Amino acid sequence: MIPLSHYLILSAILFSIGLYGVFTRRSAIGILLSLEIMLNAVNINFVAFAKFMAPHSLAGQIFVIFTIGVAAASTVVGLAIIVAIYHNYKTIFVDEIDVMKW
Amino acid sequence: MVNYAYLIPLFPLAAFVVNVFWGRRLKSKSAPVAILAMLGSLVISCLILKEVISGKTLEQSIEWFKVGRYSFEAGFLVDSLSAMMLCVVTLVGLLVEVYSIGYMHGDARYHLFFAYLSLFIFSMLGLVLSNNLIQTYIFWELVGVCSYLLISFWFEKKSAADAGKKAFITNRIGDAGFFLGLSTLFYYLGTANFAQISQRLAHHPEGLSQGVLALSAVLIFCGAVGKSAQFPLHVWLPDAMEGPTPVSALIHAATMVAAGVYLVARSYAVFAAGHLSLEVVSYIGIITSFMAGSIALVQTDIKRILAYSTVSQLGYMMIALGTGGYSAGVFHLMTHAFFKALLFLCAGSVIHACGVQDIRQMGGLFGKMKVTATTCLIGCLAISGVPPLSGFWSKDEILVSVYNSGNMVLYGLTLTVAFMTAFYMFRLLFLTFFGKPREKLHIHKPAPTMDWPLIILAIFSIFSGFVGSPLMGHAFSNFIYFHPEHIEPNYMVMVSSIIVGLAGITLAWVFYILSPGIPAALARNFSPVYNLLLNKYWIDEIYDRFIIRPFLRLTKFAFSFDRYLIDGAVNLTGTSCVAVSRVKGWIDKYIVDGLVNLIALMVGALGEVFRRLQTGLIQNYILLIFTGVIAIVILLRFV
Amino acid sequence: MWSNLLSASIFYLIAIASIIFAILSVTLKNMFHSALALIVMLLGVAAVYIYLDAEFLALVQILIYVGAIMTLVIFAIMLTAEIYNKNIKRQNQQKLISLIIASSMAGFLIFVLSRFKAQGGVSFFEPLTLAMIGKELLTKYVLPFELISIILLAALVGSAAISKKE
Repeated sequence: MIPLSHYLILSAILFSIGLYGVFTRRSAIGILLSLEIMLNAVNINFVAFAKFMAPHSLAGQIFVIFTIGVAAASTVVGLAIIVAIYHNYKTIFVDEIDVMKW
Repeated sequence: MVNYAYLIPLFPLAAFVVNVFWGRRLKSKSAPVAILAMLGSLVISCLILKEVISGKTLEQSIEWFKVGRYSFEAGFLVDSLSAMMLCVVTLVGLLVEVYSIGYMHGDARYHLFFAYLSLFIFSMLGLVLSNNLIQTYIFWELVGVCSYLLISFWFEKKSAADAGKKAFITNRIGDAGFFLGLSTLFYYLGTANFAQISQRLAHHPEGLSQGVLALSAVLIFCGAVGKSAQFPLHVWLPDAMEGPTPVSALIHAATMVAAGVYLVARSYAVFAAGHLSLEVVSYIGIITSFMAGSIALVQTDIKRILAYSTVSQLGYMMIALGTGGYSAGVFHLMTHAFFKALLFLCAGSVIHACGVQDIRQMGGLFGKMKVTATTCLIGCLAISGVPPLSGFWSKDEILVSVYNSGNMVLYGLTLTVAFMTAFYMFRLLFLTFFGKPREKLHIHKPAPTMDWPLIILAIFSIFSGFVGSPLMGHAFSNFIYFHPEHIEPNYMVMVSSIIVGLAGITLAWVFYILSPGIPAALARNFSPVYNLLLNKYWIDEIYDRFIIRPFLRLTKFAFSFDRYLIDGAVNLTGTSCVAVSRVKGWIDKYIVDGLVNLIALMVGALGEVFRRLQTGLIQNYILLIFTGVIAIVILLRFV
Repeated sequence: MWSNLLSASIFYLIAIASIIFAILSVTLKNMFHSALALIVMLLGVAAVYIYLDAEFLALVQILIYVGAIMTLVIFAIMLTAEIYNKNIKRQNQQKLISLIIASSMAGFLIFVLSRFKAQGGVSFFEPLTLAMIGKELLTKYVLPFELISIILLAALVGSAAISKKE
């Protein structure tokens, strides 16, 4: 039997990796991918806690379903924005999109 | 026609304006402008005189301004006195201007001369027409200014400039008195109008004592003393000879000096009301008359002789006015205007012809300048009081008035002055036109424009006296009177005046034609008297010694006081101010500005530091957020 | 006992593979490759869900993430990024500090979570069926369910509006 803490550690490592990706990726799509990693890490947390802390409840799993839905929606909108930016600036590198900077 | 009297001074004023602004372009045409204007004035004056003789008088005035309960008016008064004066002034002015065409020919400021002449005559006409003392005073001052301009017309000559200044300053002294007098009068009577003054004085107003009245009269007389060159302010008139001769003629005959006599005549009511004032007038008159006459005996400059003669004759008029001979004084003023203008213009012709002014250098000019010599002879006869020329009649009236006053010393002195007048005038005539030429002088004939005024003035000199003669029933006295006078022809006085005049002429003939050695011998034997007269009683020197020098010393002292004490204080203040402001400037620059700059610099540096945080890179911000999270966690958990 | 050990070792294998592919996914230069690595990681997470008795979630993970979202991402990559250009830098200059922050985050989380003990009985077994999830969704959680459907609709319309060429 795998203890709860191992799930949580896995989730933490995945989250940190996603964080690193968000920090370092120049490409907006890369940042989006890293965000997916982080979301998945969070989802693992939800499900693990639901299984170990509230075995009779489905709330954890249902919450994950909603998270996936919102993630899908955000990804779709994000990708649409990225494509629009690419049309306008011919780049998807966030450090080159700096029209708002003084 | 009387209604248009205000036009009379406006013509010369227009001529003045035209000549001042467009004279440079008009060049020689500036003379006709002035002369035409004068002609217009003369015509109107004559028409007005005709109407006034038929009994019309007019006074018109408007309220000029109001101060408190006093109202000041501006207006004109046409009565017999002013109508007569208008005619004399315009006639003499016209003739002088015509004469000036020839005399001033080729002068650099030809147009300006005519402009000044016009202004001069305008001022005089304004003075004559004024119906109140304040307006009179204004024109009075204008006359003074014009005399200054004209006397120092050739201001390149230092003596001319000095003479102008002298005339002006001397006049100012008198004018101050005049102003005080009119202020006093105005204060007590509440009006400056001549007619109202007479009216109120007739009712013996309360609060106006005889003393105050006499004082104001004497103060007004001060003005007349200055303008009419009476002792002790007569010193400017001989010096005024530095001006062009036509100006002298104008000043001596019609405008400037006549103003003083006219003022006394105009405000005669004041003089008549104050007891002492008329006596002051007559004594000043006789002193002036005698002194100037005696000085004229020995002078050698042709114009100076005439100048002292004028002073003497003005004294005569003052005597007449002072002894109650109102019409006699005014009558003499008129006749004198003609023959003195004539004599001056003659002198001008002579000077113009030979270029010298010393009668000792002239002589035998009769043959060369017949018109001038003849007219000059007429002028001399007139001023000497030879019947039936104008001077005889007017002088006779004066003598009668002095005789009637009962003061026999005064009468004697007046007769003596008449004798001296005849003597020095014929001395001038003989030395200039008769005998042999003493020096070779190049004579050039005067222009006809210079001869005709002489002829006209000569005619007036001969005949103008008849209007006041007993032959015409004293028409003049009846026309111009202050209060009805009844003048009886006094044949004793008449005969004595004729005798005195002829004696003077004879003595001059003896001295300067028969045996020319006598004057020099006399001068040797009576050298103190001669020197006294030659140096004009040393009055200029006395003034210089006792008034001008102390005054200069005072001003020097005041100057040094000003310079060292007040200027020093001012400069010290200035210097200390500069020093203080230097320090303040330093503080401002280095401390206040430094502080401000320091703050600005600090803010700038801070901004320079923090603006690096504002990278615009979203990932930088995220990184910082999580750095913050870590920091918070560490703080919460491990510290 | 052995089956327990086997399943445990398979779990750790899957966990390590997930971590490795996650790392690959954030570090690979080729964006297309990192998307593929992410797919592998997502599959690994799906396997973890099975270990947690959430078969339905594993199914949803594979269907939605791998089947829909990642396809979309790969399309976006094809549309935009210059995939084969090796000269373009794919990561920015803050790699080192990011590594420090991320690893300290991980270290801190591990430090906290490793001490976490589950209370109460854990080893019970009560199957949670798909039918139960469906019933819960349409009864107890019907409002969030409807909300998420509206959000998805809005995202659909929004993304279509954004990427539309003027």
